[in-house]
Order: sequence, then structure tokens, then C-alpha cells
Amino acid sequence: MGNLSQSRAQTLEKVRASLALRYRKERRFRFYGAASVVFGLLLVILLFGSIFGNGYTAFWQTQMQLDIYFDPQIIDPDNTGDPKIIGRANFAKLARHSLAELFPEVSGRRDRRSLNALLSSGAGFQLRKMILNDPELIGETLRLWLPADDEVDMLVKGYVDRTLPQGSRRLKDRQIEWIDELAAQGRIERQFNTAFFTSGDSREPELAGIGSAAKGSLFMLLITLSLSFPLGVAVAVYLEEFAPKNRWSNIIEVNINNLAAVPSIVYGLLGLAVFINFFGLPRSAPLVGGLVLTLMTLPTIIIAARASIKSVPPSVREAALSIGASRMQTIFHHVVPLAMPGMLTGAIIGMARALGESAPLLMIGMIAFIVEMPSTPMDPATALPVQVYLWADSPERAFAERTSAAIIVLLVFLLVMNGAAIWLRKKFERRW
Amino acid sequence: MLRTLQITALLTFIMAIGMPGSPAQARAARDYISIVGSSTVYPFATVVAEQFGRTTDFKTPKIESTGSGGGMKLFCAGVGVDHPDIANSSRRIKPSEMSTCTANGVTDIVEVKIGYDGIVLANSVDAPRYELGLRDIFLALAKDVPAPDGTEQLVPNPYRKWSDINPALPDRTIEVLGPPPTSGTRDAFAELAMEGGCKTFDWIRAIRKTDKNRYKGICHGIREDGRYVEAGENDNLIVQKLRDNPDALGIFGFSFLDQNADVVQGSFVEGHAPTFDAIAASEYPVSRPLYFYVKKAHVDAIPGIRGYLAEFTSDRAMGEDGYLSERGLIPLSSSEYSEAVSAVSELKTLRLATH
Repeated sequence: MGNLSQSRAQTLEKVRASLALRYRKERRFRFYGAASVVFGLLLVILLFGSIFGNGYTAFWQTQMQLDIYFDPQIIDPDNTGDPKIIGRANFAKLARHSLAELFPEVSGRRDRRSLNALLSSGAGFQLRKMILNDPELIGETLRLWLPADDEVDMLVKGYVDRTLPQGSRRLKDRQIEWIDELAAQGRIERQFNTAFFTSGDSREPELAGIGSAAKGSLFMLLITLSLSFPLGVAVAVYLEEFAPKNRWSNIIEVNINNLAAVPSIVYGLLGLAVFINFFGLPRSAPLVGGLVLTLMTLPTIIIAARASIKSVPPSVREAALSIGASRMQTIFHHVVPLAMPGMLTGAIIGMARALGESAPLLMIGMIAFIVEMPSTPMDPATALPVQVYLWADSPERAFAERTSAAIIVLLVFLLVMNGAAIWLRKKFERRW
Repeated sequence: MLRTLQITALLTFIMAIGMPGSPAQARAARDYISIVGSSTVYPFATVVAEQFGRTTDFKTPKIESTGSGGGMKLFCAGVGVDHPDIANSSRRIKPSEMSTCTANGVTDIVEVKIGYDGIVLANSVDAPRYELGLRDIFLALAKDVPAPDGTEQLVPNPYRKWSDINPALPDRTIEVLGPPPTSGTRDAFAELAMEGGCKTFDWIRAIRKTDKNRYKGICHGIREDGRYVEAGENDNLIVQKLRDNPDALGIFGFSFLDQNADVVQGSFVEGHAPTFDAIAASEYPVSRPLYFYVKKAHVDAIPGIRGYLAEFTSDRAMGEDGYLSERGLIPLSSSEYSEAVSAVSELKTLRLATH
């Protein structure tokens, strides 16, 4: 008896002695966990902060206000009214004339060239579009906001160091004087950059936009979703509910898991070999891109859908069967609707991955300069991540902020998609 | 639920059936020009394409950035709307590529030289400017170099500092950021700068006559001991790294130096700074011609090719004060320019001299 109480006392003592150590261990472990979470958060903040800090300025674009006289002598000297002849006129000249009137003291070819360099070449395109839309304007004078050159844009946004010697700047001292004078007259203003969202790619940073890339991405995602979701769900339902459990279904299961881990570039090579070389589909088309991304997301969706079918309790199936429902009825009236939130979540996460993918698109010719908006999935198009890649490789300084801005747009899309996945789960999830 | 699933399944089926049918539709016509090729020519070709697309009623050409070699492969794959019409290249077409072309029925090709691109060795403006000779570049970057004691044998590159090579150079470790072997810039750099320095050794030049492959191996081989860092195809990245690391030199195209003159400075090579004028006058030794190749069979089949060619070779684009020169393309001399114009207007078929 005494022995026992003695040994108990010893044990208690031992426990007490080690207790502090064990608490310390636990505290340390908790600290490590918290530290890694903080570290991860810091990295995310750093990433988002640097991208946002570099990119938010691209949502505003420097515009220049000019009084444009739509000179019939330049636009349509013979007064033909023929849109073909009008379309060929030198519209940039109209803007240049108006700029020259503001600075009458500038003369000489060289100086005038450097003055004209302040205007974007997009100014001419904008005027051309206005006149083609409304030929009535010929002969009138309008006060218009026209895009300024990207160098001006960079100066106004404070990316150019004015103190540097003239030789290491792209804008010369005189040009900066002119810009300051225009700004003093209130003719230079930063306006919201709608062109960034509506127009296609351009080699002029001030005209470049993500419109066509976003539309290409949209086409691809629609194709991917409409193919991979029904296919993935069908495969999952069959494998979970109908397929016999034997060696073959095991092999299929292992292979689906393997496919989910295959690097995406491999799917690009497959797409090149099968869809382009064998079926003869056009290069650079969102249709091919969508098919390739379908192959890529299919395993993800199948795995998610199977998991959510599995999580439907057998009692639901048994109840349906017991009151006389057929297996088809059981599955489509009860199991699939209950598993739907999980399937949708899987599909959305798969789509979000597909949206950010650029490697497989490299192989099928979607890394391309495309200005026109694609109007069908057969037209050439790029995708958002590809546009980011192409801009990051452009020499012009102003493309750096466009790159970050395009990344912001991409991130917003991804956040919205992931948010939708969480919302769907929260809204339809049933706990058993 | 069942109904919606049935409908989606039906739609999927229709799309799957429709797929083999659609290429016939695509084959029937293509109303835009398809261009592939060099990422060095890409920034220039895209400017022309955009200008062409915005000022005419034709669609803007589609330009893929595939690299010169990849572009040629696509270009030479055959004639027809499935194949590209024009290939951009930062080097001349190779005889082997010509024979692939011929084998695939691409017999008539028009070659147009569009201008020059300088390859610069630049460093941060915070560091002293280098004055390099081609021999210095070769000795600094080659995998094997002639023994420093003057004997005619090769030793693995022993140089650690620039001043080891040439006492006139700064006392700084050799660290060069440059493009990977897949890049056309790397090929051109090896050919022009490395080989240019390599053949200043008479005994190596003598090897050329006896064993051409060995000569090429010696002259083009770049050291792999970490002094030459492959920094990827993205030249902007190299510029950024140079700003952060004043000890390093970087290798990239002239247009990036032109855009970033406040951050980096180009080293003198053989006494010439990489300026627009020095490259145009071919005084600066590390510059290469840029080309594009047109499939003659496509010229009248695809709408707009003639217009695109005319825009590219027009004075306002390729001329001395043209918009391409503003982007950093070094214009052709006037005789070469008129050659390019006549190549386009007469669609002269390229005949490579047989080697």
C-alpha cells in the first residue's frame, strides 16, 4: 500500500516536473504555427502590395485637351463623302496642327517632331473613328480629350526623374517644358482608362488593353466549363454508383489521380498533336485552348465530384430505394442534387486554375499579338495570363504598370471565382 | 435536374460532333495574315501590324512570338491557310530549313532584310563604364580559353576578375547575365562577340580550316561555372537585376538599352559605344541583321499581304526617321533599303548560294 502511494507520488512528481516542459513545448509549437501563418500572410501582402502599388496607376491615363478643326482640306479635299477616301486621310495631322497652334514659336522639322511626339498615335485613330461614325463633323471645331504619348503619361505619373541629365531621359528638356505649359493651361489631365478594359493589345502602352484577352479567356472558360463539368460529373456518378469494384476500376481511379498531377504543358503538347495537327483546328483559337484546358481540369472535377458523392450518406439512397425509386431516380433525384454544391465548388476551383494557366497555351499558338476582339471561339485570341506575359517582355517602360494592372484584373477574377465557390458551399452545404 | 443534365449532355455531344466539321470551315478562308517567328523582331513587326490594321480595312495580322527556329519550322510546314504566311527571323534562314521548306512544297520564298539590332553589354549607371575588346569578352566568357602562358593549348577558363584578363579593366569579379541557349540573341552574341574575339588567336583560327566543328565548339562555348548567369528570355528582368547589382554586366538587345538609359549604360566594344548611329554605321561590332520571309504562294491568296509588306517597307516605317527606328530598330543603309523595297515590290524569290 505504502509502496503504491509512494510510486504514485513519484509519478505525480515526475509529471509535475515535466509539465512545465510539456507546456513550453506546446507553446513553442503554437508559436511556430502562428509564425508560419504570419509569414505566409506577409508574403501575400507583399505580393499584393507590390502588384497593386505598381499597377493601380495604369487605371488612369493622361489625356491632352486639344481644339480640333476637322479640316475638309485634309479629310476629304474633293468633297466625295466616300468613307473609303475619308478613311485613308491623315487624321494624325489634324491633331498635330492643333498642337502646333498652341506652340506657334516651335519651328523647324526636328522641334516639331519632338512636339508631335507628345501625342499618342492613337489620337489619329480616335479622330478617324469619330469622322467615320459621323461624317457631319467635317468642317467643325471641337474641343476634345485625346490620349497623350506613354512618355508623357510616365512623366505626369511621376515615373520620370526630372533631375537626371537630358541624355539619360527619353523626354528632352524642351518637351518637359511644353508638357508643363500644357498642364498649366489645364489641358493635361488624368482620366479613367476605359480603353484598358475595352481595347485589344497594342504596341502603344497608352492604347493597349485587356479587352480581347479577357474575351479570349471568357470563351475558353465557357468551353471548358460546358465540356468538363457534365463529363466530369457523369464519370464521377458512373464510377461511384454503377461501376463494379474490380481491378479495372482501380486502374482507372489511379490513372485519374495521376492525370490530375500531370504538368499542364503536357496537355498543351497533346492539344497541339491531337486538335491542331490531327483534327486540323486553327492555331491560336480559344476553341482549342478550351479543349486543352478541359483535359486539364477534368481530373480535378472528377475527383471533387466523386468525393462529394461519397459524402452523401447511404441512408438517403436506402430511403429512396425502400420506397420504390429506381437507381436512376435515386441518383438523379437525391444523390446528385445533394452532392451538387461540392461538385460546383470543385468545378469553380478547376476553372480558376484554368483561367490562370498559360503554359499549355504556349504550344497551341496563343502567345500572340492580337488586336481584334475575337467574335467567335474560332477567331485568334489570347488569354489574360498570356497578355501579362507578353507585356512583361515589352521594352517600353509604361508596359510595366500595364502588366501589374492586368495582374490585378486577373487576381480580381480569381478572387471572385474562389469567393463564389465558398458562397455556394456555405449556401447549399448540408451537414449530416 | 434530369432534364438539365440531358440537355447539357446533348450539347456536349453536338459540340463533339461539330468539331471535325469545323476545320473545313476554317480551311475555306482566313481573312487575317498569320505571322510567326523571332521574339526580337516581334516588337517591330507588331508595330507595323497595328499601324496596318488601324489604317486599312484589313484585319490586324496575328503575330506569334515563337522564336526564329520555331517560327521557321511552322513556316516551312506547308502551303495553305493552315500555315503561316510570314516568318520573322533574327538570323538568316539556314540551308537545312530551306530544304525542309522545299520538301514541304514551300518553294518560293521572298527574303526581306528589315534592319539591324545591336546586342549590348550593359551595366548599372552607378558603376564605371567598361571598355571591352572582343578578345576580352571571349576570354571572360568562354568555357575553355588559350592558356594564359601563351602556349597553344586550351585550359578551363581560369579568369575570376576582369582585371585578370586585361589590367585596364576594373578590378571586379566577372558576372554576366545573359539569355539562355534557346535564344536568338544568344546565338548572335556567340557568333559576333565570342567568335569575333576567338579568332583573334591565330592558332584557333587555323583550326577552322581543319576541323570546323571543333572551332565552333571552342569559340561558341560559354562557361558554365556560374560566372555567366542564364537570366531567361525576359530582357526587362535583366535590366532590373543590373540596377540592383552594380557589379554585373548584362547582355540584351539595343531597344532595351534605349528605353532604360536612366538605369543602365552600354559598354564600349572595340572603342565604340552602342549608340544608334554607331550601330547604323556598322562601327559597333556586335550587331546583326533582322529579316522576315514571305511565302509567295500566299501573297494573293490571303487578303492584305501586299499591303502589309508595303507598310513594312515604307519610308515612314523602315526609313531613317520611321516609326520603327523610334522603337530601336537600326535602319538599313540606303542601298540596302532600296534592295528591300524592290524585293517586296517584285517579290524576288530567295535563292541561297549552295554551300
